[in-house]
Amino acid sequence: MGISNIIFLLLFVGAFTLFALKIKTIVRNIRLGRDQNLNDNFAERLKVMSMVAIGQSKMVVRPVSGIMHILIYIGFVIMNIELLEIVIDGIAGTHRVFAFLGGFYDFVIGSFEFLGLGVLLACIVFLIRRNILKLKRFWSAEMTSWPRSDANLILTIEILLMTAFFTMNATDQVLQSRGVEHYIQAGAYPISHYYSALFTGLSSETLIMIERSIWWFHICGILFFLNYVPYSKHFHILLAFPNVFYSNLNAKGKFSNMESVTNEVKLMFDPSATPPPADAAPVKFGAKDVNDLSWVQLMNAYSCTECGRCTSNCPANITGKKLSPRKIMMDTRDRLEEYGKNLDKNTPDTKSLLHDYITPEELWACTSCNACVEACPINIDPLSIIIDLRRNLVMEESNAPAALAGMFTNVENNGAPWQFGQADRMNWANEA
Amino acid sequence: MEMKVPTMAECIANGEVPEILFWVGCSGSFDDRAKKITKAIVKILNKAEVKFAVLGTEESCTGDPAKRAGNEFLFQMQAFTNIQVLNGYEVKKIVTGCPHCFNTLKNEYPDLGGNYEVIHHTQLIQQLIDSGKLKVEGGSFKGKKITFHDPCYLGRANNEYEAPRSVIEKLDSELTEMKRSRANGLCCGAGGAQMFKEAEHGDKEVNVERAEEALALNPNVIATGCPFCMTMMTDGVKYFNKEAEVKVYDVAELIANAQDL
Repeated sequence: MGISNIIFLLLFVGAFTLFALKIKTIVRNIRLGRDQNLNDNFAERLKVMSMVAIGQSKMVVRPVSGIMHILIYIGFVIMNIELLEIVIDGIAGTHRVFAFLGGFYDFVIGSFEFLGLGVLLACIVFLIRRNILKLKRFWSAEMTSWPRSDANLILTIEILLMTAFFTMNATDQVLQSRGVEHYIQAGAYPISHYYSALFTGLSSETLIMIERSIWWFHICGILFFLNYVPYSKHFHILLAFPNVFYSNLNAKGKFSNMESVTNEVKLMFDPSATPPPADAAPVKFGAKDVNDLSWVQLMNAYSCTECGRCTSNCPANITGKKLSPRKIMMDTRDRLEEYGKNLDKNTPDTKSLLHDYITPEELWACTSCNACVEACPINIDPLSIIIDLRRNLVMEESNAPAALAGMFTNVENNGAPWQFGQADRMNWANEA
Repeated sequence: MEMKVPTMAECIANGEVPEILFWVGCSGSFDDRAKKITKAIVKILNKAEVKFAVLGTEESCTGDPAKRAGNEFLFQMQAFTNIQVLNGYEVKKIVTGCPHCFNTLKNEYPDLGGNYEVIHHTQLIQQLIDSGKLKVEGGSFKGKKITFHDPCYLGRANNEYEAPRSVIEKLDSELTEMKRSRANGLCCGAGGAQMFKEAEHGDKEVNVERAEEALALNPNVIATGCPFCMTMMTDGVKYFNKEAEVKVYDVAELIANAQDL
């Protein structure tokens, strides 16, 4: 084992350790959420995950971005197989260790080139859509400089990695054809074959230097990317799958039943009901902060890749109201990260998701139409968070808009949201 | 034709067991425009000789607007009261004139002890037509251009997109779709308790946005299946001064009017 192999091994182990530590923090943060048992309907959940996450069925509702995304997705998943070879080569000092597979190897490497080209083109199209065509959903209010840079950085890294991949293959081909030691004849290069013409004029020493530098750039790039992802919106590449698996299987119109309220209401209706023990912890109604949300809602926040399909379908947002379902998810994640950091540092935390991040004006603009939930390609449910925050506003803060407070009074007193008497409820039947 | 509207209490007194309860809803009981929808539903039920009853003055708000607005206490108080009444009458099957009542009774009452088979009136009309109990022939809407606005709580919330459309198709009219329809339908702006408050500050009203989209198709009729959507779409059409040319009707009214019920 040479010095370069040891450096590689250290880099590799170091990068994965850092990644594992960050994942541990994220899992801890998600677990700060309320418990919610979703270990039901395993078969149906698996089916939904296969369709929506693995099969990308909701992505193609918008065909252009959907197909481009599938190109990147397939390319990313399949090309990771080659990473295995790169890692073994890096540790063992071999070159194209799987070359013994012969014709099959050539087929695989050749296919990777087509996939790589797909990824490269899709990333370029995505950058154009974001920065030159300036699609509205990538420039709305919550898309401040960091979320925009995050997206551009991811696309740029992917383009650089693909360029490195093609450059490695191109220089490798020239070295292979010259019979340079170590560069064994292996692989097929249907795309980089054209690109290799650029390198034929260079000496073998220069080519080896380029090939090695790019090899290191590529693997370091991947290890950097691995550690960038959990800090980025791009974390959806991992969380999309569990997120869809644990997504809501009920009719979208069914809002969660609050057991805590049921207990209290039962006490009012049935005097013989058992009251809670006197020392029971006081119940908090609805959500004021991230730890009042359920773990699934928190996982939703980490899974969101800020595509903005929710917001672009939101009737409130379309008509200029402050509400943006994407912002609800981004705020939840930002607040959860902050909450977790304060917890780690043991610093007092005076902020909350409600008010400090999400304002009542945003919450009261929601029509609960479920367009955001329907639009999300990975079944994120911003509406459930909106409703939980509304519950806190109403039941803890008594902070409902005056008109709604009036509606509550009417329902309570007249059994209707308007000021009509219950006794007049059937008058319609006698009107011509 | 005179309407026959028996109440549950009358039925029980006469020893009759209605096959279905018609849940009228607050809009259907009190809102002048929505009362016409209620009457259309009753006429259809009478015509098809469905043995039904209403709760009359024993009906109370399902609690939907309270729940959407975050007042779970009030919602559950309403739910428990209604469930006591419904279970007292041993109700098995309910048809509602409103997708919000439909959604709440169907999806949210079971957790509180209210288990019923709940259908929306467009689903019942479809069933009556399919089973031959209700005959519908073109009538006055033959050849008219109709577009259907999906109520969120019927469509996305409960995945019912076809029943209202299949009923409209029986009218021999031309059903045209807005770009945003079915799962992609745009809300009228009234859901989530918005019906009972002013909209938050923005640059446009949601119902204006939606009416604009519907009117761009130059329809004779905008059809819907929800009393809130009815209010919002009617106001939206008025906003563009099109109320003389374009009528907003509930699917039940289309059937009742077409058959001169």
